[in-house]
Amino acid sequence: MTAKTLFEKVWEQHEVVPETADTPAVLYIDLHLVHEVTSPQAFSLLKEQGLKVRRLDRTLATMDHSTPTDPEEIAGRVPIRVASAAAQIKQLEVNCKEFGVELLGLQSSDRGIVHIIGPELGATQPGKTIVCGDSHTATHGAFGALAFGIGTTEVGQVLATQCLLQRRPKTFAINTTGSLPPGVTAKDLILAIIGKIGVSGGTGYVLEYRGSAIEALSMDGRMTVCNMSIEAGARAGMIAPDATTYEYLRQTPRVPTGNAWDRALAKWQQLRTDPGARFDREVTIDANSLEPMITYGTHPGMVLPLSARVPEKPGDAVFKKALDYMGLQPGESLLGKEIQVVFIGSCTNARLSDLESAAQVFKGRKVAPNVRVLVVPGSQRIKREAEARGLAKIFTDAGAEWRESGCSMCIGMNGDLVAKGQYSVSTSNRNFEGRQGQGARTLLASPATAAAAAVRGRITDPREFLQG
Amino acid sequence: MDPISIIESKTVVLPSTDIDTDQIIPARFLTTTTKEGLGKNAFADWRYDAQGNAKSEFILNQPAAKGCAILVAGRNFGCGSSREHAPWSLLDFGFRAVISSEIADIFRNNSLKNGLLPIVLDEATHGWLLANPGVQLRIDLTTNTLTLPDGKAVQFPIEAFARYCLLNGVDELGFLLKQNNAITTFENSHA
Repeated sequence: MTAKTLFEKVWEQHEVVPETADTPAVLYIDLHLVHEVTSPQAFSLLKEQGLKVRRLDRTLATMDHSTPTDPEEIAGRVPIRVASAAAQIKQLEVNCKEFGVELLGLQSSDRGIVHIIGPELGATQPGKTIVCGDSHTATHGAFGALAFGIGTTEVGQVLATQCLLQRRPKTFAINTTGSLPPGVTAKDLILAIIGKIGVSGGTGYVLEYRGSAIEALSMDGRMTVCNMSIEAGARAGMIAPDATTYEYLRQTPRVPTGNAWDRALAKWQQLRTDPGARFDREVTIDANSLEPMITYGTHPGMVLPLSARVPEKPGDAVFKKALDYMGLQPGESLLGKEIQVVFIGSCTNARLSDLESAAQVFKGRKVAPNVRVLVVPGSQRIKREAEARGLAKIFTDAGAEWRESGCSMCIGMNGDLVAKGQYSVSTSNRNFEGRQGQGARTLLASPATAAAAAVRGRITDPREFLQG
Repeated sequence: MDPISIIESKTVVLPSTDIDTDQIIPARFLTTTTKEGLGKNAFADWRYDAQGNAKSEFILNQPAAKGCAILVAGRNFGCGSSREHAPWSLLDFGFRAVISSEIADIFRNNSLKNGLLPIVLDEATHGWLLANPGVQLRIDLTTNTLTLPDGKAVQFPIEAFARYCLLNGVDELGFLLKQNNAITTFENSHA
């Protein structure tokens, strides 16, 4: 039997019709996650054509992108500030009701960022094909699922047929050796990987993250890694499921139970790249050599270790434009640079362990004067858990704002914005121009690095806090 | 979708590399529930100042860009988010084709589904087009060729089924709906 990669196994199990020279494969989708921003036009199309949602049991909706995180707005004590966002939220409610789609809506205790609630509910499982009208759908690949972002036309196709037309992507192994040093996190690892292969290095590929540094990560860390696959150009990134995966899933409400669990487990255990299977491309990263990372430019590939200096690229106009936007000079060190905003949140880094990591730094300390800190949990479940464990109190005692769950300042659609010219150390995934607000200057980093910047008011190596 | 076979136009050039979908259409314009009228928001943060006035120095605001249906952009165009609002806004602005040496996967897929032709060229031809803005090009989807002003024709790759759909104005959803029996069979055997 031919040795196969993890991706090939999952792909082949979902081919309704294999691809030919003339037509792409018809690929079956096991789980379709829906949110308010990329679904309205798809539901409209179904209405125009008189179509139904084919599999309501495989469709799950929530609201996160343009949804408020201000508790007053969520509770309805004040109107939702962004009127168009309020209309979009309403539209999702109407569409889900009309089509019968399960919606974890504004008041649901299971609501949250779509890529955080899928896993925590156990809807995300190894070997599934998972899509969502959002490029960070790659997050679910941490469970050995084939998960990728789609556009709204494709959202309509999946709603109506539970299938997509897809050409088979190539495979790319990201091998890791060694282990992450203390104070160096999954976020630093994925930023280093993107720095190495570049923001289009993964275009056309599905990544598989492998090796000792990946195997040592918690599920939260694995999700952080897979989440940013798209920032390297790859629509999907996968990690083979193992004991860590099964232990996580066993605690979740929507996984099979009893004998069905045993049967599922037996299937999941087959989902590993066979010895001798070939990837179209491979790179290797030595985790031992990594440091906390931070971005300095206007895409996630413009990234450096905290101790390094901004590179010099004379004559590169695009590079100069990015540095001008960021207000940085070639050769400059970022350590010690004053910042104005810290955002701890997003589908990249708003899980419980991310909040714990930030709380370690905040505990017994205060946010520096003139710094605004927004801590936005990834889901209402995480919010409750963080409150029960005292994390929320650590944040608010330090002077940070503690919010309801949502995408918030990662994408700035709900009014949570960074002002023009301000530096924001953000645990999110994109430092594109204007991403966090017009003229906002985003520096991507781990929750620990973000928290360290918050208490010092300057970019700081978070390991200083671990040693004390 | 209307069938596409020939696109003839002058080019407008945005030479930056890695132009992401947040630049093509900033997220604050995504709180819409329709596809229409997004062209005014295309490249909004590059086109308008803080007061909302058009910046005259930006190429898309200049007379030369008027009526141009072909956008030539730096390498790795359309990276970032899956927002289909990006091709919707470019189409509404008037573009019918985007040329680069590399185009991001999701943006390329979204473009093909809306009749915006994503064309990936070799670096030499792409570099020449970047260096020579405003040249007249002819794109012929029936032969997969792009003809340069000197008459030289360059082949470009395009996925066969997407090409068939574009040439014939066929909707992919119709094709998928016709797979109903195969899908049902699959569902029954994978229950």
